[in-house]
Amino acid sequence: MSDSIQDRVLKIIASTRRIPLESVRPDSTFEELGVDSLDRLNILFDLESEFDIEIDDEEAKKVQNIPEMIAGITHLVEAKAKATPES
Amino acid sequence: MPRVVITGVGVISPIGLTRDAFWRSLVAGTCGIHAIHSPDFDQIRFKHAADIEGFVPEDHLAAKDISLMDRFAQFAVVAAKEAMAQSGLELTPAMREEGAVVTGSCIGGRSAEEIGYRELYIHNRNRVHPLTIPLGMANAGASHISMQFGIQGPSYTISTACASSAHSIGQAFHMVRSGSAPFALAGGSEAPLYFGNLKAWEAMRVISKDTCRPFSADRSGLVLGEGGAMLVLEPLEAALARGAKPIAEIVGFGMSADACHITQPSAEGPARAMRMALRDAGLAPEQIGYINAHGTATEVNDRTETAAIRLVFGAHADKLAISSTKSMHAHTLGAAGAIEAAASALSLANGILPPTVNYTTPDPACDLDVIPNAARTQQVEACLSNSFAFGGLNAVLALRNFA
Repeated sequence: MSDSIQDRVLKIIASTRRIPLESVRPDSTFEELGVDSLDRLNILFDLESEFDIEIDDEEAKKVQNIPEMIAGITHLVEAKAKATPES
Repeated sequence: MPRVVITGVGVISPIGLTRDAFWRSLVAGTCGIHAIHSPDFDQIRFKHAADIEGFVPEDHLAAKDISLMDRFAQFAVVAAKEAMAQSGLELTPAMREEGAVVTGSCIGGRSAEEIGYRELYIHNRNRVHPLTIPLGMANAGASHISMQFGIQGPSYTISTACASSAHSIGQAFHMVRSGSAPFALAGGSEAPLYFGNLKAWEAMRVISKDTCRPFSADRSGLVLGEGGAMLVLEPLEAALARGAKPIAEIVGFGMSADACHITQPSAEGPARAMRMALRDAGLAPEQIGYINAHGTATEVNDRTETAAIRLVFGAHADKLAISSTKSMHAHTLGAAGAIEAAASALSLANGILPPTVNYTTPDPACDLDVIPNAARTQQVEACLSNSFAFGGLNAVLALRNFA
């Protein structure tokens, strides 16, 4: 797995919005990227598949920007690694 | 144009299997939402819904008909039978030939398809039940009602998501008013509590983890429910001539499309539908005393609906009472418009406005009088029943007290 969690999150945002990867930066706002509520649902769905995690509705609602999204995913991925020691 | 009255109401709902039981629950503020313990719900992130407990098809339907109907079609026929019985309407051959049946359903009998898919994809069977198509089709409710009563005129089904049965009643109202049908049975039904559909709603992330709190600052989303309601509509003169007692008058119907987003509502679209309903009814905004709100308890619906009501009613918005009876019977999707039109008609007939239950905390973005938690004895002249669908399709009915 060569890509960092950050790279993988940015790729998912780009592919969901069907925009060039170069246009998605960690400091981009969801508004700049044109991410609406339905895009958020699609992004959450793709993130769950990409990282094999489950994202809680309430936690997801708190996410305001891409760094918070990356931090949330990192937290869930680490929690999953702890729960399954063999990986 | 002839005036159109409601002479029969039939309801089967999570808060009452009959019209009278439903009305008693609305007045008492009884909430039909609870945690459901079943293998399907074990695999869903939310546990709460409003199902109809104690529904025994054999109590309502002939044995030979039951296996021909999915649960949603059973609800449609049960509600239609109650509405027809209350109306006392005796169908002459001429009325049978021209009478209308218009039903609304968002998902129809798709649970029958799901059973078939499980057979194919999970159990590796190579065939599905031979009734999968007639059970699944969304028009099954209208078809079975037409057969039950021998009604042979215009009969069809409208599917506009959560506005389906409001559109159905509105269309039927216009048919009766124009004289193209001598009477109509109109309403809708839904049975959405099956695994695949629960999963689809889970993925939308709009379902509350506990209960439905419309317009309350701590609202946490909608809750799914099942049920049905049907109304008998006929011209006032014909109803009075046969000695029927009108329950309420339908005076207007307004429709619009937001034309902006597949799931995000606008305030302008619903506002235009409300204005169209008032115009169709010949009512001034000040004549409306109550609105049965769409009030799903999602963050965005309740805020947008409040804004839409303010756009239409201006200063009069602060004198209106509104409530979301979804706080009690939950969101029955394609049946919601009909169940709420029934609630509206009964509110006018009884001079009592049903509450918005589960209300705890005022929200500045939903700052209307939402009749929190307790029903109110108040006779209003006229009311609106709002229904706004995913996809931005809006339907608003205007009803007037018949005294």
